[in-house]
Amino acid sequence: MKIDLTDTTASKINKALVQGRRAIGTPAVGMVLTMVIVTDEENAYDSVKAAEDASREHPSRTLVVIKRHARTPRDRTRSRLDAEVRVGSEAGTGETVILRTFGEVSEHADSVVLPLLLPDAPVVVWWPVDAPENPAKDPLGALAQRRITDMYAVEHPLDTLETRVRSYAPGDTDLAWTRLTPWRSMLAAALDQARTKIISAAVESEAENPSAELLARWLEVRLRVPVQRVVTPGPVVTAVRLGTDNGEILIDRPEGPLATLTLPGQPPRTLALKVRATSELIAEELRRLDADEMYAIALRGDGIKENS
Amino acid sequence: MSTTSDQESAPAKVRVPVIPGTAWTNPLRDARDRRLPRVAGPSGLVIFGVTGDLSRKKLMPAVYDLANRGLLPPGFSLVGFARRDWEDQDFAQEVHDAVREHARTPFREEVWQQLAEGMRFIPGDFDDDTAFKQLREAVEELDSSRGTGGNFAFYLSVPPKFFPKVVRQLKKHGLANAPEGSWRRAVIEKPFGHDLASARELNAVVHDVFDPDQVFRIDHYLGKETVQNILALRFANQMYEPIWNRSYVDHVQITMAEDIGIGGRAGYYDGIGAARDVIQNHLLQLMALTAMEEPIAFDAEALLTEKLKVLKSVRLPEDLGGHTVRGQYAGGWQGGEKVIGYLQEDGIDPRSKTDTYAAVKLEIDNRRWAGVPFYLRTGKRLGRRVTEIAVVFQRAPHSPFDSTATEELGQNAIVIRVQPDEGMTVRFGSKVPGTSMEIRDVTMDFAYGESFTESSPEAYERLILDVLLGDANLFPRHQEVEESWKILDPIEEYWATHGRPAQYASGSWGPEEADEMLARDGRSWRRP
Repeated sequence: MKIDLTDTTASKINKALVQGRRAIGTPAVGMVLTMVIVTDEENAYDSVKAAEDASREHPSRTLVVIKRHARTPRDRTRSRLDAEVRVGSEAGTGETVILRTFGEVSEHADSVVLPLLLPDAPVVVWWPVDAPENPAKDPLGALAQRRITDMYAVEHPLDTLETRVRSYAPGDTDLAWTRLTPWRSMLAAALDQARTKIISAAVESEAENPSAELLARWLEVRLRVPVQRVVTPGPVVTAVRLGTDNGEILIDRPEGPLATLTLPGQPPRTLALKVRATSELIAEELRRLDADEMYAIALRGDGIKENS
Repeated sequence: MSTTSDQESAPAKVRVPVIPGTAWTNPLRDARDRRLPRVAGPSGLVIFGVTGDLSRKKLMPAVYDLANRGLLPPGFSLVGFARRDWEDQDFAQEVHDAVREHARTPFREEVWQQLAEGMRFIPGDFDDDTAFKQLREAVEELDSSRGTGGNFAFYLSVPPKFFPKVVRQLKKHGLANAPEGSWRRAVIEKPFGHDLASARELNAVVHDVFDPDQVFRIDHYLGKETVQNILALRFANQMYEPIWNRSYVDHVQITMAEDIGIGGRAGYYDGIGAARDVIQNHLLQLMALTAMEEPIAFDAEALLTEKLKVLKSVRLPEDLGGHTVRGQYAGGWQGGEKVIGYLQEDGIDPRSKTDTYAAVKLEIDNRRWAGVPFYLRTGKRLGRRVTEIAVVFQRAPHSPFDSTATEELGQNAIVIRVQPDEGMTVRFGSKVPGTSMEIRDVTMDFAYGESFTESSPEAYERLILDVLLGDANLFPRHQEVEESWKILDPIEEYWATHGRPAQYASGSWGPEEADEMLARDGRSWRRP
């Protein structure tokens, strides 16, 4: 069911949540986390949909914070909070509250979010677009154990990557890194099979792809070899080559969901390596809520700087 | 400071598919990198009896689901062995159909293609030397073309009478001997014998060919999330363990009920019965997990040590007639359907004494459990399909409320629901709202489906992955199997010489004698 509240407060929203739950007959809930999505009106629909799909694996309370920009100066001075409360079948397996802030309250969205967090449960903040420069220092980011940004959604990903390196705090994570898990998993499995020392490496991708850069940095740290970046027409990451004394380990994905794995002295074989939907990425992010140390290491690209 | 020490100690726990004898470690794996899933190392799976029901409904879908979740190595290969005149592609088609029908995860063409490339089929009998020669050639061919690295698990999804023949053939054709730096494992399904002597005989046959550590006995109950959660519940939390003993627990009931009859399994079931089919393996394993002491580590050896201690301290009631019950379902109405009795089933001797219901009372002679009875029951054609463990607590030693206030208050209980609707219920008393003091039972519920929706993999997925990883935590060892038979054999012997099974109406919760058995102790069965 859906309850609309105009010019409201957090305590009225809380009441509406209880009322909504009573009405659908499930007063006890098994939600495991609160997900805060900070976005604009344009991206809200897709993000909420992805979060609701992900909530099938991780039942959660989703709070969507949408900052509205008023057109006239008079509206801009007036502060207002509107909310849309969805429970039951409207909201995946959890509950969703869409918060629209107007005027001054937009600067204090954390005061609205704080009373709506589930007791004792972890908090995750996700910025599908327009992530702050320093997520951990952001008022909403500071409420969360886990802060999800997405370097695919910025104009200059590689510049943003450097900003992320500087502002990294434990709990930060980026969907550009999440997208790499199948690649990294297959590379590790390929190396399990090849069992040999790697002497060179190359990552091929479209230009300015942040995932490719993270993958290259990760390989550099782990394999202790320089990694060559090769630009191809894409889409996204197209191949990884690891040089060994007996030949090359190659995972090649020119396009589509099928990749080819070639190991030295063995015939090539196909691998399923699909570009995943946002909801799957979010579901993976929510599986672990502690700091992702390997992301920090890959982000910095250098094990020595890690301690500085 | 604490984080640095964590980092230093963490790599020791990393699960890299290490092959004994070599010191190579994969630089791309790290204990801190918890996104990378537990992917099995290079390996292949050979299934004997691949055309059977279990293989089609459980094994093949589980293999596909594992591949779909990216948990199988790139060159994973599946070899089928059966008496069919099939080519590789016919076999692939058969697997395809089975996966389409029974897999848990959605069908994806690219995953299927990756899997289908590694499928081979060997037609033949278990006596057929040429077939096993072909199998050996196929295994060698897969090593070179798919990089399986000589690592193969042989899944014996065949009736136990064929076990000796198959393992001997594997030995004869050198398939059981792992080349240097690789492994060969055998996977077998219950029943593991029908009494202690036959279990020992079977173990001897299998261990003659495979190292005992490389033999994986599947008890699919142990692959279920809730069963693994028993250990998490007890040993990862602080609030249950202090009351998990004779000072607070009154008794424990472990139930596995099925609503179906024997179906087409008359040939297998008659002469075996419910106790051998279910109590010997599933229920005694559940009891061991519920009752065992804390293992020193969560590894196969430590778990075996603790489970064995429990099984060895089990004491049977002196009066077996008074504290064990067996029954046979009679015709009747079950859930709106008219069903026939066991003795009327096709292929069953009308004078059969096989039990389709069995209930036993066991005690565990140790400091924690002395005097706390464990009631185990199982049956076919009972009220509904359910498996659960109920730990029933003693009443409060003193109640400040008068007896009218607590009239409706039962005993506190923790119920672990193994299937269906996996989860846990805590039952306790609560005041009924109103002006008078009245206390009634309420329940607090944790359901897996609510807090972790859709993430529970099928038991077989977990178990097959564990076999490929060589992780034996969830597999009963031969010592446990033998100890379990030592518990059950005297009961079966008593039943063989005393009386006949009681008749119970289909769709009920068992014979009256079972209710009387608990009434004698001043208790009653829970309605699950």
